[in-house]
Amino acid sequence: MDLRYSAAEERFRDELRAWLVTTLPTLGAAPPADDWPARRAFDSRWQRLLFDAGYAGVDWPAEGGGRGASPVEQLIFKEECERAGAPYVGVNFVGLLHAGPTIIAEGTAAQKERYLPAILRGDDVWCQGFSEPDAGSDLASLRTRATRDGDEYVVTGSKIWTSHAEVADHCEMLVRTGEEGRRGITWLIVPMDSAGIEIRPLRTIAGSAEFAELFLDEVRVPVANRVGGENDGWRVTMVTLSFERGTAFVGDLLESMRLLDAVHSLARRLGLLDDAGLQRRLGHLTAAFDALWALTKRNVSEAAETGVPGIGGSVFKLSYSEQAQALSDLAMEVLDRGALCADPLLGPDGVELGNDEQLHTWFKSISLTIAAGTSQVQRNIVAERILGLPKVR
Amino acid sequence: MDFRLSDNQVALADGIRSMVTGRLPLDHLRANEGAEMAIGAEDWRLLADTGVFALSLPEPEGVGLGLADAVVVFEELGRALVPGPLVGTYLAASAQLVEGAADGQAAVGVHGTGGGPILVEHLASLDALLVLSGSVGDSTARLIAPAPSATDGRRMAAPLCPFTPLWHLDSLPAGEPLPDLGGRLWRDGALLTAALQVGHAGSALDLAVAYAKERHQFGQPIGGFQAVKHICADMLVRYEVARAAVHAAACLVDQPGVAAHEAESTGRSPDDVVARAVLGAKVLADEAALVNARAGIQVHGGMGFTWEVPLHLHLKRARVLTTTFGTPAQLSLVLGAPPDPHPATGGIRHA
Repeated sequence: MDLRYSAAEERFRDELRAWLVTTLPTLGAAPPADDWPARRAFDSRWQRLLFDAGYAGVDWPAEGGGRGASPVEQLIFKEECERAGAPYVGVNFVGLLHAGPTIIAEGTAAQKERYLPAILRGDDVWCQGFSEPDAGSDLASLRTRATRDGDEYVVTGSKIWTSHAEVADHCEMLVRTGEEGRRGITWLIVPMDSAGIEIRPLRTIAGSAEFAELFLDEVRVPVANRVGGENDGWRVTMVTLSFERGTAFVGDLLESMRLLDAVHSLARRLGLLDDAGLQRRLGHLTAAFDALWALTKRNVSEAAETGVPGIGGSVFKLSYSEQAQALSDLAMEVLDRGALCADPLLGPDGVELGNDEQLHTWFKSISLTIAAGTSQVQRNIVAERILGLPKVR
Repeated sequence: MDFRLSDNQVALADGIRSMVTGRLPLDHLRANEGAEMAIGAEDWRLLADTGVFALSLPEPEGVGLGLADAVVVFEELGRALVPGPLVGTYLAASAQLVEGAADGQAAVGVHGTGGGPILVEHLASLDALLVLSGSVGDSTARLIAPAPSATDGRRMAAPLCPFTPLWHLDSLPAGEPLPDLGGRLWRDGALLTAALQVGHAGSALDLAVAYAKERHQFGQPIGGFQAVKHICADMLVRYEVARAAVHAAACLVDQPGVAAHEAESTGRSPDDVVARAVLGAKVLADEAALVNARAGIQVHGGMGFTWEVPLHLHLKRARVLTTTFGTPAQLSLVLGAPPDPHPATGGIRHA
């Protein structure tokens, strides 16, 4: 067990740090959270800066045009970007984290040439059409149908939880082309300007419209837009999961650790640390997040050797999502009635409380045990695939 | 950076596991349940011959390994329920405080001056007793050698843990102060205790999973029911998170450059970085051991409540270890102590 970074890893960190220091000031202020066209422009500009500096697709293999960084370098990349306050992956997270890697693994030469450079340069934005109103955790029961008509598929159905649909150029979509279940699913690239797509914003408990529902009415998609074989879409989707290197939540984790420091300082400022119960909860969260940072390093090390993060992904997510909720709940308690609105408020000392941002963090924390596999599904995965418990229900 | 167990560490763990399975199986250890001496002199020397106490002593007297190797070994000892004053003897051997500790000729206990009555563990077996007061960072140590005689105290007739005989003493002799060693002994002792706890947590998990696969009710293995499955999944999460914390804290001790680096980027001192890691690891390991032992009993249903099924032994030992080097409640209070004054700006604006 060795936590020391190699000289090459330290050099990667130093160069990145120096680049971030000079580059970030040129980026300008982030746009308002609900101005999606402005956010697309901002995130695309950042992606272009990454591209020009050779950091685009840091986790993509070199044959896909990425940097082909090692898992440890990917960890350093995310750590340094977060510490420097660089933007997150942004509106094109589907393109960079999912659709791109899928096309690298399973796409044709023409598809790679058409789509990959545009993602890396920040030109194209992707969204995802996987979940359906009746196909959530049981994704393989999806019913959006694609019928072959000459050189085209005709797609009819509906999709839900599609992030950034209104500013996306392409949608990675799973459709039913054959029998029920996993063996009748096909992976398609659907241009978002196709006729017959209706986008309806879906308002979340945070009041925002990050997600949308898609309604597809006889949308015609060229057969050339199919990735992998017909009815082979489930396997194509699973292949992409093998790109995960244990770094999926690094940004979130470090942000939580920073929030913990901030809550600690605020509690002290407001004189709340006379409360031993509150102090213990803060201490316990410190232990938990430090341990999750250690677990991240374990998973990344595992991935560096074996190509997959071992037992790490689901174990990490189960613990992190619950600790992040506990932290955010605690922050709400510290704010007391200051947590009742998102309008910026000042504390009794005349200094701002930060309550506006915390409300957003609290809502987001509630989604952590639901998104990307609910905690209940994660526990089944851990129990069946790691512990080998039987799959009966 | 490669935070996996090295090949040598995997071999070390395997070696200890096969030694224990072959020479100190549970049936053998259980012959000493309730005895005045929880482990026989011959078994104690076997542990010493395997290198358990001399792990971090430099060669040729010792094995010349680090604390990260020692926690791997102690996790196996906890897993196998090996009893006795393991932590104190390791500490005395590695700091060369008591002659014979490294080679199993002497046994050394460790006692913290926390809350509650003075109950000394394993007193009849002890040649010396290390007394640690305070907590990590401000701990002072003294050595009582020879150890008080068992007749100086009253042996408890009903100790919680059948492998942890206890003596009640009205007071302890002053002993010899060990200047400058308090911090190191407390830190290493807390971490090795946490490593034992990780072993208990892991063993409870293994017992629960094995039983959930083999026990049938309603025509299927109970491990097929999600209500049981999810208990087991949570046990694994507790174990893996605590284990990563213990391993990371041990690496911070062995690899001072890492703590220095971490200190530099967070504005804390290297000592503070290490202390926080050790405290956090002990908190999580204590909880993992206690909660997993309870969960393991629950998965076993009525059988879990019997003397025969060893889960109660893990639970009771975990309870004992929780009270040494600070309880989770005490340690999380230390971890949550007010941070250094921050400039009063920004509120909880963290982005």
